Amino acid sequence: MAEFPPHLHYAKTHEWVRFEGDRAIVGISDFAQEQLGDVVYVELPELGLQVEAGDETAVVESVKAASDIYAPVAGEVVECNEQLDAEPEIVNQDPYGNGWFFVLQIQTKEESNDLLTADAYASMCEDESA
Amino acid sequence: MKTPLCDLHEQLGARMVEFAGWDMPVHYGSQLEEHHAVRRHAGCFDVSHMAVVAIPTQPGEELLRQLLVGDVKNLEIGRGLYTLMLNDRGGIVDDLIVYRGSTEFRLVVNAGTTQKDLAWIEQHALALGCGGIANHHSDLCIIAVQGPTAIGLVGDALAVPSLGDIAPFSFVEHREHFIARTGYTGEDGVEIICRPLEARDLWQQLTAAGVVAAGLGARDSLRLEAGLNLYGHDMTEETNPFECRVAWTIDWEDASRPFIGRDAVEKLLHAGSPTKLVGVRLTERGIPREGCEVHSAAGTGVVTSGTFSPTLQYGIALARVPRQMRGPCQIQVRKRLIDGRTVRLPFVKREQ
Repeated sequence: MAEFPPHLHYAKTHEWVRFEGDRAIVGISDFAQEQLGDVVYVELPELGLQVEAGDETAVVESVKAASDIYAPVAGEVVECNEQLDAEPEIVNQDPYGNGWFFVLQIQTKEESNDLLTADAYASMCEDESA
Repeated sequence: MKTPLCDLHEQLGARMVEFAGWDMPVHYGSQLEEHHAVRRHAGCFDVSHMAVVAIPTQPGEELLRQLLVGDVKNLEIGRGLYTLMLNDRGGIVDDLIVYRGSTEFRLVVNAGTTQKDLAWIEQHALALGCGGIANHHSDLCIIAVQGPTAIGLVGDALAVPSLGDIAPFSFVEHREHFIARTGYTGEDGVEIICRPLEARDLWQQLTAAGVVAAGLGARDSLRLEAGLNLYGHDMTEETNPFECRVAWTIDWEDASRPFIGRDAVEKLLHAGSPTKLVGVRLTERGIPREGCEVHSAAGTGVVTSGTFSPTLQYGIALARVPRQMRGPCQIQVRKRLIDGRTVRLPFVKREQ
């Protein structure tokens, strides 16, 4: 069964966000990696890229399909997880830890209103897989 | 529909998907691991969704000499043949394996085409005055066991020590099991046809002996690495054997044998087809998927099957392209044009 850590925020498009001051760390949920199957490529954004919430920011490609990763909040890409280039399987093994995708520098935290709590996201996933 | 092994798949943690109306395991945790297990050791696949159709030798031989591009007259008892059924236009109705037993032929046809094939066979049987001749054994299971150690492990499980002596595309009947040295992965191995009770028993024995249960995902990446077509994707009723790399299955020998589609493919043999099916590998990161366009100086083609090759660690595809195309090309993968080139098939050769 997929896990949904309570301290994270979730987007309806299956990304998670962890806020650390003015930084938002973004990855994909356990549910998402399970649905994708084995991840074989991750295409990361350029550093310095300015994104709005909902912008296509990265691509994750599994044996099964390619999926866009959307920025859950607006900000500037200030860090990418280069480790995913060589070891994309980390996304499957540790989606909430070493499998993070990128870090956004954010202006305000208010935009997180559209994000879901772990409970709300978990029940959304339950509906999707039903 | 569910195969008689469905609950065993669920016990092994399978992720199930719908395939041609069947609930089938796509993987049991990791498609990549299952793929590697088959290349390095042994994997087993439940392919009971495919259909076994029995046709008595008499008058089945006359019927099959009409229906199939291969000539079953030349097929010895105990042997199988990979072959095609064509329509009048030379389009491919299905690809299948036909085995000759002592009293009947056995056809193994694709799951998605079973009903169409049965209707096609019946239509031509009626014309020959032998309607009702084909018997669809929907109760039978098929388990494929593939990989370098597969033969030994199956031999142990079924107590057939001489299994390794069976020639490729031959079969033996041992107690309740029909065991053919065939497969769809490019590896050595067997496909076993038996009843549900025996199939469940065999499956449990094999998995207990270390054979890795493998799903449709690994089956697809394995067959693609081996350069084998998938019906409905790389070949259809709208494509002929020449543009699908399967014209070698046509037995032209007996000129007096008017198999269905013969006139059409004879014309194509002389005129040539404007397109061909080729292997393409990507030389940049990316995964080609079915439907992606392939661009080259000789014109534009389309990917008919594509995947990430777990063995080679790059994207590979079968693509239908203009006949003149060779060498470098570019594949439109989503928003990016990715460099690739045509390569010789199979992508992965079995280690001898």
